[in-house]
Amino acid sequence: MSLRNYFNSLEPHFEKGGKYEKYYPIFEMVETIFFTSNTVTKVAPHARSFVDMKRVMTYVVISTIPCILWALYNTGLQTNSALVALGVESQSGWRISFLTLTGLGINPDSLISNVFHGLLYFLPIYLTTLIAGGICEVTFATIRGHEVNEGFLVSSMLFALTLPASTPLWQVALGIAFGVVVGKEVFGGTGKNFLNPALTGRAFLYFAYPAYMSGDSIWTPVDGYSGATSLGIAAAEGYESLSNYGITWTDAFIGTIQGSLGETSTLACALGLVFLLLTKIANYRMVVGCLLGMIIFSSFLNWVGSDTNPMFSMPWYWHLVIGSYAFGLVFMVTEPVSGSHTNLGRYVYGALIGFMVVMIRVLNPAFPEGMMLAILFGNIFAPLIDHFVVMANIKRRIKLNA
Amino acid sequence: MSQTRKQLLVDPLIDNNPITLQVLGICSALAVTSSLNVAFVMSLAVIAVCGFSSLFISFLRHYIPNSIRIIVQMVIIASLVILVDQIIKAYAYEISKTLSVFVGLIITNCIVMGRAEAFAMKNRPFESFVDGVGNGLGYSLLLMSVGVIRELFGSGTLFGITIFDSVNNGGWYVPNGLLLLPPSAFFIIGFIIWGVRTWKKSQVEAREYKIQTLEEH
Repeated sequence: MSLRNYFNSLEPHFEKGGKYEKYYPIFEMVETIFFTSNTVTKVAPHARSFVDMKRVMTYVVISTIPCILWALYNTGLQTNSALVALGVESQSGWRISFLTLTGLGINPDSLISNVFHGLLYFLPIYLTTLIAGGICEVTFATIRGHEVNEGFLVSSMLFALTLPASTPLWQVALGIAFGVVVGKEVFGGTGKNFLNPALTGRAFLYFAYPAYMSGDSIWTPVDGYSGATSLGIAAAEGYESLSNYGITWTDAFIGTIQGSLGETSTLACALGLVFLLLTKIANYRMVVGCLLGMIIFSSFLNWVGSDTNPMFSMPWYWHLVIGSYAFGLVFMVTEPVSGSHTNLGRYVYGALIGFMVVMIRVLNPAFPEGMMLAILFGNIFAPLIDHFVVMANIKRRIKLNA
Repeated sequence: MSQTRKQLLVDPLIDNNPITLQVLGICSALAVTSSLNVAFVMSLAVIAVCGFSSLFISFLRHYIPNSIRIIVQMVIIASLVILVDQIIKAYAYEISKTLSVFVGLIITNCIVMGRAEAFAMKNRPFESFVDGVGNGLGYSLLLMSVGVIRELFGSGTLFGITIFDSVNNGGWYVPNGLLLLPPSAFFIIGFIIWGVRTWKKSQVEAREYKIQTLEEH
């Protein structure tokens, strides 16, 4: 029996009046993984496009692949290096036992050892995200009767990539549940969320468990190892002293630095960005706006200067490569639902985020990293920006026709 | 008559709760609910002010000129608030420091003004008093619920008594720092409203607009 026939034979049970009518969203979810939806637009306008939501979301997931691969490698690299530096004997844990037993060993020079060690950190976090978030998603879909959406795959992947490798799994579950429920489902599901669900979950964890989400000892999951992120160093001693810690601009660009799982490599993010721009999933206006906002405001602060705050002198090309700026720019700023929807608005929206990032990083002593908060801030202002753009257009048209 | 009086007292608890249904008095609910001790004293203060202000305003309701009624109501409420504030300072000084301006701000609490304006100006003193106390209790019920969630999960204690041993003291519970920040009360009140309206469908408001779907054209 072909797969199509199998689905056809199941379908009556899930349709109205069927035995499992309530679980139709779950059936639909599984069916549309294999086949395109046969829902047809019956009323005008008949916009025809092969790019449906499923494809958009799948493309975003594909675009995160460089970041995922780098996350695996770099997490392993950082952990292995720290273990070697501290002495492997002093440490224990199932990951180390696994690596030793399989003969991969703890070796920062071995690509395979690094990737596998990273995988042992990334997989549990990602699977927890999928399971916990998936339960929330399916529960809401079943009760509310809407479809389970591929958007969740994007949110869960992005959420997992923004976490430090040492995050306890129960926090992962709590964070994604909060993100899915409060960031998305209470507003009606995918397409109606005004905040980025992945970032909402991340922000929840950031404020709820600050000790696990910031500081010096969490970025590399090795007991007793302490190391500040490059942003932390730059905030404390100025970006020039990064070289004292062996961090060059190229290191930061390629991503062999400490940080959240998938956020360290600007190069990997850039590859994702190229893919998103070529497939026109991401709107280039938001990217341009965000880059300009960041470059102009950080250059302005360079020019102003400060004797007490070393962050003032950090040039834009450093802002670009350290922290989560690149990751946020590529995968969060360009998110179409929570961003502005008008073309002019997209420039303004991007610029607002770029401006806020530098503002928070440089001028706010409480938070070293500002990308997450800046994007959430931008999300909140996106509808307002659109409103003014639309109103300005109406005014212009009235004048034109007067 | 006793039936209606009982209703006056009980209705504002859930069916007509000033916070969850009317969404009044949110400000102080955000500010004073991070510890139960504080929330409890605040609750008592609001019950007292709300009850007695309704009582006195109702006594005077025939003598209050309509054009300056808000001012007269404010004078009565403000005097009571100052009285309560002094009592709290005298008998619970530590808590009064945490409450700081929020006792004073009971003057501007919409619930107190609302009951004076909507009920006490039109009803007899005793009914007004019961109504004021009832609304104060409704406010307190919510304040205490939010306080229990915030203190229990935010610090692992209830009324300052350890329930969950937090990791800082060598226990197992990792306190949720977000719950100690005022914005968390927004989420909790939102969740409570969500829960109450799922339970009591009659409280659900009509939709302002409907999102059209393909099939419904």
